[in-house]
Amino acid sequence: MAAVLELLLREEVAVGAVLRWLRQGPGHRPAEVTGLVSLSLLQKDFVPFLLNFLREQTSQILTNGPSTPAKTPNSKAHGSQRTGSERRASLGSFLTATPEALPARRGRRKGGSAVSTSGRQVPRDLGRSLAEEEDGKNDSPSWSGGRRKRSEVPLVSARSPPSQLNLNNLEEFPPMGAASGWTNKPSRRINPTPVSAERPLSKPKTCFTSTPVSQSPAARFSSGSNLEAFSTVQEGNLTSVISSSLQEEREMLKKERYGLSMMVIGLLILNIHLYYLIFSLPENLVPNIFLELFFVLQLLTSKGTSTAEEEEESDLEVNERKKGTLKFLAENERIASFSPTLHERLRQAYESSTAKVSLLLPCSVQSVSFQPETDNRSNFPSDRAFHIFKKQRDIFYELLREWEDNHEKTGWDFERVLGNKIRAMMAHLSATCNHSHFARLFQKQLIQMCKGPVGGGASWGDTPDQDVLNMLGPDNLSRLKRLQERFVVPQSIRGPCPPPSFPGCQQFFRDFILSAGSYQFNQHLVDSLCLKILELDGLTLVEHEHSDGEADMDEQDEKKRFTVVLLSLRLLAKFLGFLVFLPYRTVEQPTRDLQDSAVALRNQTLPVLDVLKLLRQSIRDHRSILTVPWIVEFLSLADHIAPFLDYYRKVFCLLLLMVLSEDKEMSFLNKLLILAVLGWLFQVPSVPEELFFATDVRQEGVMVDTVTSAQALDSVPLVDQQLLYTCCPYLGELRKLLASFVAGSGAKNGGFIRKITPTAAESLAPKTSVTQRKLQVELEQAFFHNQPPSLRRTVEFVAERVGSNCVKHIKATLVAELVQRAEVMLQDKVKEEDANHDKLLEEVCAHLYEEGAQALIKGREFCKKKGPEAVRVLLPEETSAAVLNSAEDIAVELATEKACGWLSANIAALIKREVKATFNRMLKVPGLPLPSEDALELRRDCPPGCQHRAPFPSQIINEIKDVLCVAVGPRDEGEVIDHDWLECLLGRLSQTLRCRKFMCPTSEQQLAKCTVELASLLGESVMIIKSNPTYGLLKLLLSVWKEDFGAPVPVQLMFSRKNIASLTLANKGSLVCIHLLQDFLKELEMLSRVFTSEHRIEEPRTNPRELTRQSLGTVTAQS
Amino acid sequence: MKLSKAQYDEIAQFLGHVQPTRQSLRKLKEKFPSQSQSTLLSIFSQEYQKQIKRTHAKHHTAEAAETYYQRYLNGVMKNAAAPVLLELANEVDFAPSLMARIVLERFLQEREQAIPSKTLINSMLRDPSQIPDGVLANQVYQCTVNDCCYGPLVDCIKHAIGHEHEVLLREMLLEKNLSFIAEDQLRAKGYDKTPDFILEVPVAVEGHIIHWIESKASFGDESSHQAYLQDQFWSYWNRFGPGLVIYWYGFIEELDCHRERGILLKDCFPTDIVTLRHSMAQR
Repeated sequence: MAAVLELLLREEVAVGAVLRWLRQGPGHRPAEVTGLVSLSLLQKDFVPFLLNFLREQTSQILTNGPSTPAKTPNSKAHGSQRTGSERRASLGSFLTATPEALPARRGRRKGGSAVSTSGRQVPRDLGRSLAEEEDGKNDSPSWSGGRRKRSEVPLVSARSPPSQLNLNNLEEFPPMGAASGWTNKPSRRINPTPVSAERPLSKPKTCFTSTPVSQSPAARFSSGSNLEAFSTVQEGNLTSVISSSLQEEREMLKKERYGLSMMVIGLLILNIHLYYLIFSLPENLVPNIFLELFFVLQLLTSKGTSTAEEEEESDLEVNERKKGTLKFLAENERIASFSPTLHERLRQAYESSTAKVSLLLPCSVQSVSFQPETDNRSNFPSDRAFHIFKKQRDIFYELLREWEDNHEKTGWDFERVLGNKIRAMMAHLSATCNHSHFARLFQKQLIQMCKGPVGGGASWGDTPDQDVLNMLGPDNLSRLKRLQERFVVPQSIRGPCPPPSFPGCQQFFRDFILSAGSYQFNQHLVDSLCLKILELDGLTLVEHEHSDGEADMDEQDEKKRFTVVLLSLRLLAKFLGFLVFLPYRTVEQPTRDLQDSAVALRNQTLPVLDVLKLLRQSIRDHRSILTVPWIVEFLSLADHIAPFLDYYRKVFCLLLLMVLSEDKEMSFLNKLLILAVLGWLFQVPSVPEELFFATDVRQEGVMVDTVTSAQALDSVPLVDQQLLYTCCPYLGELRKLLASFVAGSGAKNGGFIRKITPTAAESLAPKTSVTQRKLQVELEQAFFHNQPPSLRRTVEFVAERVGSNCVKHIKATLVAELVQRAEVMLQDKVKEEDANHDKLLEEVCAHLYEEGAQALIKGREFCKKKGPEAVRVLLPEETSAAVLNSAEDIAVELATEKACGWLSANIAALIKREVKATFNRMLKVPGLPLPSEDALELRRDCPPGCQHRAPFPSQIINEIKDVLCVAVGPRDEGEVIDHDWLECLLGRLSQTLRCRKFMCPTSEQQLAKCTVELASLLGESVMIIKSNPTYGLLKLLLSVWKEDFGAPVPVQLMFSRKNIASLTLANKGSLVCIHLLQDFLKELEMLSRVFTSEHRIEEPRTNPRELTRQSLGTVTAQS
Repeated sequence: MKLSKAQYDEIAQFLGHVQPTRQSLRKLKEKFPSQSQSTLLSIFSQEYQKQIKRTHAKHHTAEAAETYYQRYLNGVMKNAAAPVLLELANEVDFAPSLMARIVLERFLQEREQAIPSKTLINSMLRDPSQIPDGVLANQVYQCTVNDCCYGPLVDCIKHAIGHEHEVLLREMLLEKNLSFIAEDQLRAKGYDKTPDFILEVPVAVEGHIIHWIESKASFGDESSHQAYLQDQFWSYWNRFGPGLVIYWYGFIEELDCHRERGILLKDCFPTDIVTLRHSMAQR
């Protein structure tokens, strides 16, 4: 390894040659690389070695942002319980080949939560590592050659202590070029700025893979001789691959080469060269191309290379150099061709421009709407289950709101505050078997809230306050937004490969699952997630034949649709992965023994979702751009064992092959997205590091043969810049890095996502004979074959909608009508035989089923009418009459099949269900059967020209109540009822009763009751004071009862026991005036007959006059 | 009419310990002439109900019931025409209707030698003529008629007011051409929680999107609003998204604090309505 590098550095081998050496197999030995012949075994190992070497070399000059982890097998050796030699044989040679003592690049993630530990380790001096290695710890023979070679030529000669180097000490740090023969250089030295002081806030918080540059107390440059070697390389035999701009750079560099600062630049340039090599290859030699690019950019923008003591000239040079290099990078065509996006970003950074896309989305977080089709009573086994779920839904949102309000407060703990509530809820769900309903709600809410780029905004209250907006006006709105963004968007650089996490609202859902700890719930949620994932993964997202005019529009729609589907899939898959691997999650990497037994055990069970099959299918059908990103999300949450299972190993190998192979047909940004997410996946802690560089992987992963599929997506440019950054926010780190260098603003990405509900037509049951139907199908296919695909989509869509609407229409008309009739029948019968309700229901329904058959006829009519209308509206005006007719016919046919198929199977059940529901409602309202109430209400309309200005019924009841209060007593001193006022009240009562607008049955019944009481009391007073005007009021009341009431008036109550008692109490023995009431009673009797014949009155039907007689008798008896 | 918390507190404090009689109501109106009568009545009723809730338990012990019943019996023995029950209720600071219920229950228990069903009691309170004792019937009736916070008559008035305002709201929606699905339709479709109106096409009121409107013919004080939020408004939000609550008799201004999250309070039909295509602002 090091030997190859050395050859390179000593100019014995040209960069281009190494490149070719890398590209070609071990058998290939071009003449120019003779020096490499002996090293042929190490080709595949060179890249990881190089990557690590470069990081080591440059770790001291990187001051900006988090450092980039090297993802190489050796990185695990340190701090791991396993040693390289324990590993699989196929990996062993490489593992031992690299210095075991090389710094561990990655901390271990602790626990299942996204919070990663700061398990980063201080990188150790490469020199020291190598020195330790020389102590003979490694015993792999395959490596010995390489090691010997390297140790012969000391790469790093500075054997000084790893820290606290005195850079001013000329002995420890001889002036640059001392060994090179450049004699006339002023001895300049660099005093590296301690990086930890430079950007204390830029320490990566969660970048578990990062090597913390800032922790190194001092710079440790290689000795002059090494640097000389670096410098020399720049003049080396660069192949034509390298662009001319680089040549110019080198020329400039050559001219101005002096001083230590130049040494650093030289180092940078070398690195860029080497990276350039990597990028130049069509095959990907590095696991995470973006990580490497990030690293390069870090080098370029590093700031720690100049000090205040330096002469200004030098300072300028350095800056110039850096700027120039940046320019070089920006203008580098190779990079441009590799990644237009990146190129664009680089260019932007160079020009200090800022992007315009806003990161803050309008966070339209809402609840999941209630859908009767899935949520109403008929979807639950019992009333209880239904009501419990009603409560659970509300509790769920209550929890969500509580979380929303408080989770960012210090000291607020999810489990402590919500844990018990959640578990209580789970217990209720279990008791009523409502888990599937809740899982669906949970999943829908998850998608609703979290499908956005940043895990669904941080807060529901993100929208600016309306008052503030009004104050600012629309012009300032954007300024406000930008200001807000600055507050909300985290500026910290998290590094290019953050661990899998649950940002924003996703956190709530994750913690909910953890706190619930419910096996049942998890299982139902897994079912629900799998189903949704399969549904979304299988969607046809693209129509391939665009007719000219609509192409643009369609493409836009397709992109949008794809974006929504992809983001939803990734979200769902992440949670699926979380759930599936949750039981196996361990804090620590298990030991080899534990791993073996766990693998043996778990190899026996089938995976919940066959991702391997789906992945293979996607590759075969050219749909990997949709499938791979979500599979990556799924796998990113794998536990430590999972990747070693036979099944998942195959998945990983297949994914690896995708990175390594070149798919020329794939659209460029699509490929970029896949590379980015895969690169990220291979950095995830639970994914074994050696996977990427292991040979057997390449043999194991069997690439799938592809077929031409109508649903192919890979070649369609579906991914845009925005989606790329949404899916891989870590790519934004590149930009942040540049931006922070050029002093631009924070990264912005994201985009607004429209929710769409995909619809699909269903295939329908056969009606006619098989052969005929087959022919029809063939004809139909043939018809669509030469038509634009939108025609087919339209027809299927219309059929699906019209069919569905037809069923709804039948429900609302025919079924409703039948139910109404059933209601009448039931009402009559339920009185007669209270006993057997079920039998009654059965009888009535049986009677209706025959008429239910009409549904099919009506359904057919409906489809025949509506289908063509819809097709005509949706198809282009210019569609020829014949095509239109056929399309209409097919649409009608399909719609009818769908509707009638459903109706014929379900109409009886539907009728029964509806009748039963109505019947139950009827039984629940005793004494107040709904229809009769309706009938009464309908008995009268407002008089013609009614202005609805009459007093409200409530007002009149209230006033009568006041009158009754006074009449019943106790009265205040001198409190009387004014006769005129009472007359006026009765007048207004009449008005109120005539206007039906605000009247409801209970109001009217109460008015009837109250007026009867009033009459009773009036009668009493008539008897007491013998006043004729009061008698007049009674007559008035009588007419109101007769003319204005729609409801029956319980006039018989006038002579109730209560009122007779009252009468008796009030007026013992006074019978004189009873005759005054004779006329009144006569009319009352008639009225009573009217009411009793028209309406059933529950009270015992007594003749009022008879009653009077009785009561008079009582009175007489008592007197 | 919106009241500030301070204004509301002043009224509530005045109400302190009052009896639910028409006389108290009269005094309240004299004290706060600027407030609308319905608002005052609504606050009065709510405050009184809070007061009753606090003392409810002590009147519902078996001992208390026995004492009340004996006092009633003694009272009517002396003078059956005197407002015995009503005065008893006032004396022990309890709602007359509820006192009537306790005594009626005790009476029936003695007569039937069994605990009477709630349905029967309710039915007798609604229609005292069903009470098998004429004197008690009149006493009960006197109580229910004179009670302005509890009892079947008050319940009916409240129901009527609620209904009337729903009709009013419906009229306004129709007038503004906003199509809606009413509660009964929703219930027929099997919705588990149903606001008064769901807008078929959402509108923006004062810049806030609303999907549903709930009419409340009462004053929105803290406790009732909290209860409504818990039982109704959040449930609506959970199913239909943000919405509007109209407290026709006003509310405490400070309670209108969930606008951003999606529950808007108004004391009248809003004027600043923006529909999908055009503004209806009538300012």
